[in-house]
Amino acid sequence: MKEIAESFRRHRFLFTELVKRDFKKKYKRTYLGMLWSVLSPLLTLLVMRIVFTTFFGSSIEHYTIYLFCGNIVWAYFSEATNGGMSALMDNSSIFSKINVPKYLFLFSRNVSALINFSMTFVVFLIFCLIDGVTITPYFLALLYPILCLVIFNVGIGLILSAMFIFFRDVQYLWSVFLTLLMYLSAIFYNPAQFGAFERVFLLNPVYVYIKYFRHVVIGVNGVAPGLPSVQYHLLALGYAVVAFAIGALIYKKMNHKFLYYV
Amino acid sequence: MEEKAVQSESPILSLDGVSIRYMTGDFKEIGIKEFIIRKLTRNYHVNEFWADKDITFSIYRGDMLGIIGTNGAGKSTLLKAISGIMVPTEGTVTREGKIAALLELASGFDGEMTVRENTYLRGAMLGYTKKFMDDTYEEIIRFAELEEFQDRPFKHLSSGMKSRLAFSIASLVEPDILILDEVLSVGDGAFRKKSEAKMKSIIRGGATTILVSHSIAQVRSMCNKILWIDHGKQVTFGSDVKKICDAYEKFLSDKVLPTDL
Repeated sequence: MKEIAESFRRHRFLFTELVKRDFKKKYKRTYLGMLWSVLSPLLTLLVMRIVFTTFFGSSIEHYTIYLFCGNIVWAYFSEATNGGMSALMDNSSIFSKINVPKYLFLFSRNVSALINFSMTFVVFLIFCLIDGVTITPYFLALLYPILCLVIFNVGIGLILSAMFIFFRDVQYLWSVFLTLLMYLSAIFYNPAQFGAFERVFLLNPVYVYIKYFRHVVIGVNGVAPGLPSVQYHLLALGYAVVAFAIGALIYKKMNHKFLYYV
Repeated sequence: MEEKAVQSESPILSLDGVSIRYMTGDFKEIGIKEFIIRKLTRNYHVNEFWADKDITFSIYRGDMLGIIGTNGAGKSTLLKAISGIMVPTEGTVTREGKIAALLELASGFDGEMTVRENTYLRGAMLGYTKKFMDDTYEEIIRFAELEEFQDRPFKHLSSGMKSRLAFSIASLVEPDILILDEVLSVGDGAFRKKSEAKMKSIIRGGATTILVSHSIAQVRSMCNKILWIDHGKQVTFGSDVKKICDAYEKFLSDKVLPTDL
C-alpha cells in the first residue's frame, strides 16, 4: 500500500497529463464539446421520461428524479467500466515501450468518467430543486455511495481490462451483460411491486447504489427521505471492496504478462 | 570474467541468466471459444519460444556496451528486460540508478493530440516533473526544429519530424544508464549530426550506455564491450571489441558461428 502511494506520488504529473488527454480526446471533433457530458444524460432522461409516463403511465412520485437517480448512477457505472475495459489495450503501444505503471491508464479513465459524473450531478441537484424536492443535509451522505461506486468501478475496470487483454471477446460479452444488468437495475420501475422478491435485486450492486440515492433524495416506498440502515451501508461498501480486491489481485498477478498479449 | 578482477566497484547493471519466453498458439490467438473447446477436448497446446536464453553479463560505470546480432536475435527483447518494461521469465536484472531507454522512439504518441500536448505527455511518461517540462519545453521544440508545428495535431507531422521530437524529449534526461536502440539514425543528415553530438555529450557526461546498432563500424568506434547474441543465445561477451567484431563480420559472410571465442 505504501509502495503504491509512493509510486503514485512519483507519477502525479503523468497521471494529470493522462486524465487531460482522456478527457480532451473524448470531445475532439464535437461542436458542443464538454457540454455533451451534461447533455447526453439529460437527453436519455428526457426519452425515458416520455416513454415511461405516456406509454406506461408510471405512478411513482417524483418520477423524473426517480429516473434521474437511476440514470446518473448507471451512466457513471457503464462509462467507467467500458472505458476501463479498454484502458490497457488502448495504451499498449505506450507501456510496451516505456516503463510506466499500467494501472495509471485505468485510473485516468475512471477519473475522466468521474468528472463527467460530477457535472451531471450538479444538473441533478438543479433538477431536484425544480421538481420541488427539498435538499436536506442528508444529501451530504450521497458522498458515501459515490465513494463506493468509485472503488467498485475501479475494481470492475481492473478485472475487465485484464480479461480484455487475454480475451478480446470480453467486450461483446460485457455489452450484452450491461444491457441485462441495466434492466435489472430498476432504473425506470419500482421493484417494490414484486413484494418480498425485491430483496433479490440487492444482489445487483448497481441497484444498491441507485437505491441509496433514492433513499436520500426522494425516499423509497413511502418512507420519508433519509439514510438507509447500517446494514445497507455495509452492503454498499462490501460490493466495492470485493470488486476492488478481486481486481487488484488479478492485476497484481497478471501485470507482467500483459506485454505478451498486446 | 577477467573484468571483475580489475574493476573493484560494483556493476551498474548486471544480468544473471536472463531468459525470456514467448508463448505462441495459446488463447490470445484462438479466442475464448476455441480455448474452451480445446481445453475440454484436451487438445490445448502452447508452443514456447525463447527470445533470449541464459544471458549473463555485467557492465560498470562509464562502459559503452554494444549489442550485436542479426535480425530476430533477441536484442530488442533483451533491452525491454534491461529497461524494466518486461520481467524476465527466468534470471534476474539488477540495475543501479536511473535508466532511460530510447526504444522505437516515434511510437506511442497520440495522433489526434497536438505536438505540445504530446510533448508534455511523453515527458511525464519519462518521469520528468511538470516544472522541468515547463522550463525545457521551448528547448525541446527548438532542438526538434518544430516551432511552427506546436499546435498542429501530431499526425500532421512527417515521420522524420516525429522521430526528431521523440529524440529531443528523450535525450534531455540525465540518466545513469542510457539505452539506444538504433536511434542514432534519426532524421535527415543535418539532424543526425546534431543528435549524434547530443548523444556523445550524454555519454561523455559519464553515463553507462548500451547501443544496439546494425552499423558494425559505429559499434567498433564507440563501444568498449560487446555482447553478441544469436537466436536468443549468448555467443559471447567481452571487452576485446576488435576480435569479436571481426568474428561477427566473418559470421555475417559465411553464416557459421565461431567456436574459438
